[in-house]
Amino acid sequence: MKKSVKLIDLDCANCAAKIEDAVKKIDGVTNASVSFMAQKMTLEAPDDKFAQVLDEAVKLINKIEPDVTVKA
Amino acid sequence: MTKKQKKLLQRITAAAILFAAGMLLSLFAETSDYIIFALFGISYIIIGWDIIWKAFCNIRQGEAFDENFLMTVATAGAFILGEYSEGVAVMLFYQIGEWFQSYAVSRSRQSITALMDIRPDYANVERDGELVQVDPDEVAVGEIITVKPGERVPIDGKIISGRSALDTSALTGESLPREVEEGMEVISGCINQTGILKIKTTKEFGESTVAKILDLVENSSEKKARSENFITRFAKFYTPIVVFAALLLATIPPYVLNEPFSGWIYRALTFLVISCPCALVISIPLSFFGGIGGASKCGVLVKGSNYLEALADTETVVFDKTGTLTKGSFAVTSIKPVGMTKAELLELAAYAEDYSNHPISLSIKRAYGKDIKHGMIKNIEEIAGHGVRAIIGGQTVLCGNGKLMQREKINYTPCTEAGTVIYAAVDGKFAGYILIEDEVKADAAAAIKMLKTCGVRETVMLTGDSDAVGQKIAKRLGLDRAFTQLLPADKVEHVERLLEALHKRSNRGKLAFVGDGINDAPVLARADVGIAMGALGSDAAIEAADIVLMTDEPSKIAAAIKIARKTLGIVRQNIIFAIGIKIAVLALGALGYASMWAAVFADVGVSVIAILNAVRALNVNKYKKEQARAAAVKSSITPAAEAA
Repeated sequence: MKKSVKLIDLDCANCAAKIEDAVKKIDGVTNASVSFMAQKMTLEAPDDKFAQVLDEAVKLINKIEPDVTVKA
Repeated sequence: MTKKQKKLLQRITAAAILFAAGMLLSLFAETSDYIIFALFGISYIIIGWDIIWKAFCNIRQGEAFDENFLMTVATAGAFILGEYSEGVAVMLFYQIGEWFQSYAVSRSRQSITALMDIRPDYANVERDGELVQVDPDEVAVGEIITVKPGERVPIDGKIISGRSALDTSALTGESLPREVEEGMEVISGCINQTGILKIKTTKEFGESTVAKILDLVENSSEKKARSENFITRFAKFYTPIVVFAALLLATIPPYVLNEPFSGWIYRALTFLVISCPCALVISIPLSFFGGIGGASKCGVLVKGSNYLEALADTETVVFDKTGTLTKGSFAVTSIKPVGMTKAELLELAAYAEDYSNHPISLSIKRAYGKDIKHGMIKNIEEIAGHGVRAIIGGQTVLCGNGKLMQREKINYTPCTEAGTVIYAAVDGKFAGYILIEDEVKADAAAAIKMLKTCGVRETVMLTGDSDAVGQKIAKRLGLDRAFTQLLPADKVEHVERLLEALHKRSNRGKLAFVGDGINDAPVLARADVGIAMGALGSDAAIEAADIVLMTDEPSKIAAAIKIARKTLGIVRQNIIFAIGIKIAVLALGALGYASMWAAVFADVGVSVIAILNAVRALNVNKYKKEQARAAAVKSSITPAAEAA
């Protein structure tokens, strides 16, 4: 399953790269890409794990860049 | 401005006023150190509290090389060394830089999304006898929608009543409106200008052109360019190395040279200020985004930064012939009469071919252009595989290929030109021939010339057509090479061979294939860059290609390459400029010549300049005008000119 979420107030390009890196390392993620310009993250993970993976990704994002709000 | 930006601006203003007051007092007035310290201290806290807080949070999570932490250490260090004003100034300028970055990025985001603002908000559908506005998503295939003047066509469909002019500029970059009437297909995203149209939808909204294009543009920044990846990797190493160097600088030289620590710690702090990678990292995606946005202004959709990068390195461009360089429709290009005028020969042929709907007959009738008096034609007899015999105005007319002339024992002069030839004879006497060819697009020759001037080394044409026809067109357009009589599978093989040859001779060079996207998907996929043209309304082409030209003008390819080159130029300038300044200031800082002010410039100043440079990528008016000029040039071989 592939889904993209909005990353509102993602203002720092380096943080975007850090988020992408960290999310890619989450267990179960097959692919992840953060677009700084589009303020979007595309996440790919198996269907059965997706909700859990997304949850974890949101937590990670809040940790790396507390200013960013994730919106599905 | 967003709420966040406004808040930051307020803090910057407040802190700047306090900072200025502190500076003035310390320079011109006899004030106690406590007051000055208080002014600077309050200013520092106003401007820097969130940075310090984030740094604190990140340390608890074990993230040390974070710009918040580095800024905190650098500025707090300055305070400890007694350099209050510098501590505040660094924080202040850092925040000004952050604000500017955020502002510039959101502005260019807006200008690009405004460019792609083609999403229709509603559709007017007739439900229970009443016209209601619904979400385009809710309209089923086959429903009738009404589009009033000034509204956007929300869903692809076919006009069942009404006529109007459609503004397609948001999709194609074309400023001339398109005339449409009953029975014609329309695509979503165009703006209806003059009349009310009733349209029967042929697709769901999600499958419509506008949805496809939006999807494509929104996802374009997902595919990252090599230089983008390079810079993120570079940033990952750059910061720890500089921080480590700062650590060494603060500790080793004072021991070795037996000097006081404070001077060397100051130098180390300048390192920390310069160690932030943001200027580098931000300007690259911004440039690419600008380039992709600029290209879409010209009616060229690029599916990813990586394709823009590959396009800039294109050395070989391979064209499919039909539908790409030629229109794929037949037209009379030459009339050679014997014993009569051109107009007379054309008239005879048009009358003789009157009954037929074959593309060749149609092209003759189109060239004739006048009404045919059917009463004058008698005894039409079709001779299969040869042509036609008819009695026109009392004369026996033969019209057909060379075999017909031989069969009827007509003494004729065979035509030596390539193309489809229609011979005519009147009452047993040869009357001349009409040459019919696939029409070359008006801007095809100009497109090839433009490609050559913008650095493409080799232009190649692949076609399934006969060798004579293929070579003739290739020569006329100035192509370097043409491979003819190819089956679709041969095209893939030829592209593979060309790729191999190209990669042998050049490391960076890329091969682009241009097709109409209808049956060349495998070739589009095999090339480094697959370009589909005239894709408006063809989903298959949009899917298969890396770059999509919204109109069928080949001159757009050169425009796209130029935009790609400009974008990559900006990217390179930014990389060299940002890394260069940072290294220079690092070197000066290590030697003790760079103050913290210079360090702030190397961080914030550089990122501001890089961002301003990146925004230039969005400006493509020059290329757009150039392409429009090329497309407006009338082909030298328009059939009408010759036939007249």
